[in-house]
Amino acid sequence: METKEIIYCLKKIVKPYVQNDLAFQDFGRDTDFIKDLEINSANLVDIVLDVEDEFNIAIDNDSMDNMLTVNDAVEIIKTKQREQ
Amino acid sequence: MNRRVVITGMGVAAPNGVGLAAFSEALKKGKSGIRFQPELERLKFRCQIAGQPEIPEEMLQEYFTKLELRGLNSSGIVYGVISGVVAWKDAGLPVGPEAETDWDNGIIFGTGILGVDKFREAIHLIDDKNTRRLGSTSVIQTMASGISAYLNNKLACGNQVTTNSSACTTGTEAILMAADRIRSGKAKRILAGSCSDSGPYVWGGFDAMRILPHQYNDDPEAGSRPMSESAAGFVPGSGAGALVVEDLESALERGAKIYAEVLGGHINSGGQRNKGSMTAPNSEGVKRCIKNAIFDAGVRGDELDVINGHLTATSMDATEIRNWSEALELKAKDFPYINSLKSLTGHCLSAAGSVESVASILQISEGFIFGNQNSEDLHPEIEEIASREKVPEKSFFREVNLVAKASFGFGDVNAVAIFSKFR
Repeated sequence: METKEIIYCLKKIVKPYVQNDLAFQDFGRDTDFIKDLEINSANLVDIVLDVEDEFNIAIDNDSMDNMLTVNDAVEIIKTKQREQ
Repeated sequence: MNRRVVITGMGVAAPNGVGLAAFSEALKKGKSGIRFQPELERLKFRCQIAGQPEIPEEMLQEYFTKLELRGLNSSGIVYGVISGVVAWKDAGLPVGPEAETDWDNGIIFGTGILGVDKFREAIHLIDDKNTRRLGSTSVIQTMASGISAYLNNKLACGNQVTTNSSACTTGTEAILMAADRIRSGKAKRILAGSCSDSGPYVWGGFDAMRILPHQYNDDPEAGSRPMSESAAGFVPGSGAGALVVEDLESALERGAKIYAEVLGGHINSGGQRNKGSMTAPNSEGVKRCIKNAIFDAGVRGDELDVINGHLTATSMDATEIRNWSEALELKAKDFPYINSLKSLTGHCLSAAGSVESVASILQISEGFIFGNQNSEDLHPEIEEIASREKVPEKSFFREVNLVAKASFGFGDVNAVAIFSKFR
């Protein structure tokens, strides 16, 4: 899957959790889920589950802890897809 | 310091009406909310009828954000939030992200058990060794205080925010606890109420105890028969009721409408002695609770217009009437009018006290007494105590000044609240 396509899917997944709509307009590789989008940290758990369902992958605990930005997510998704 | 305490807002999600207007009309028309439940038939329950509020999809979207609705599987939270937000708005108080923390506002919103369907989901995932997939709301939907937490997310209360639990007295207890806190000057406004989940996982235990009626699966509306000779057990219900309990001074300052005054009340336990048990009340405790409530309110028994009893439709109904008669020293024609909401809603369990308190207060604010469905064959032991006309079958309009609301619960716990017209 191409990076662009992954980012497009991520944007859809993240949308319901976003509390800063202005920052969401500039959604891109450098966007930080908590600092920029002001997503409640408890909801990061839900985003991981949604990502697992969408991309049909399993995200281990270590990867989960490192998934802070869109770029982190893209890298994790690519790695997990390659491993399969 | 003894401040006067009034009710300035109400909301309800009852099996026979969601929202004050629909609920009030249901009371006046004797509309039942008890329906056949295919799910209970599928699961081979003896009793396959129950009372469950009907919440349309648009209403969910009105009271919950899209994010809150994701994975929401706690009917008690749905009923509690809808009734609580309706009550708060009804009182003219701010709701939503714009509301700022108000240190004088609190929440005492009780429940028996919360989010059983969500908890069942979690149990399945955990047993499948899939705990990591529970999501972020498993805890908040199943902690007892989840209901007050969800409400406060919308109401921004900065005073005490808690959840009480005392079986079927929970709702009445919440109102009296709120009134106590306001009387003592520790808060100005408290959202008091209670909720109870729907469904087989809440009702199953009662079915197993064989205290629910199994004879009315084909005729659900005839199933709940408080005070009737043919009463065969209580019909399980669910829902929520909410009341804004407010310091009179604050209500007058705000120019709030006042439904009624909370004159007083009493909460006690029979100690599970002297025929009191885990499931039956000690009559001495019940009578003390009634007498102390009347004393606390500063009224006389013969001033009561209406008793809204606990009266679930079991063999204990006659005992309850006898306890009222002995505590108030009134009988026959002098006995107050008496009614039980449960003929129309079933027994809403932990929500019963608050839903029935809303019904009690509507009788004061709108001037009517609602009738007891399915009481045409009044139990002879009851007719020996109260004149037949004191147990009306149909609703009628009449000025109502003083109502006693009683709730009794498993564990031998009692609560009686006295509501009056505000003067």
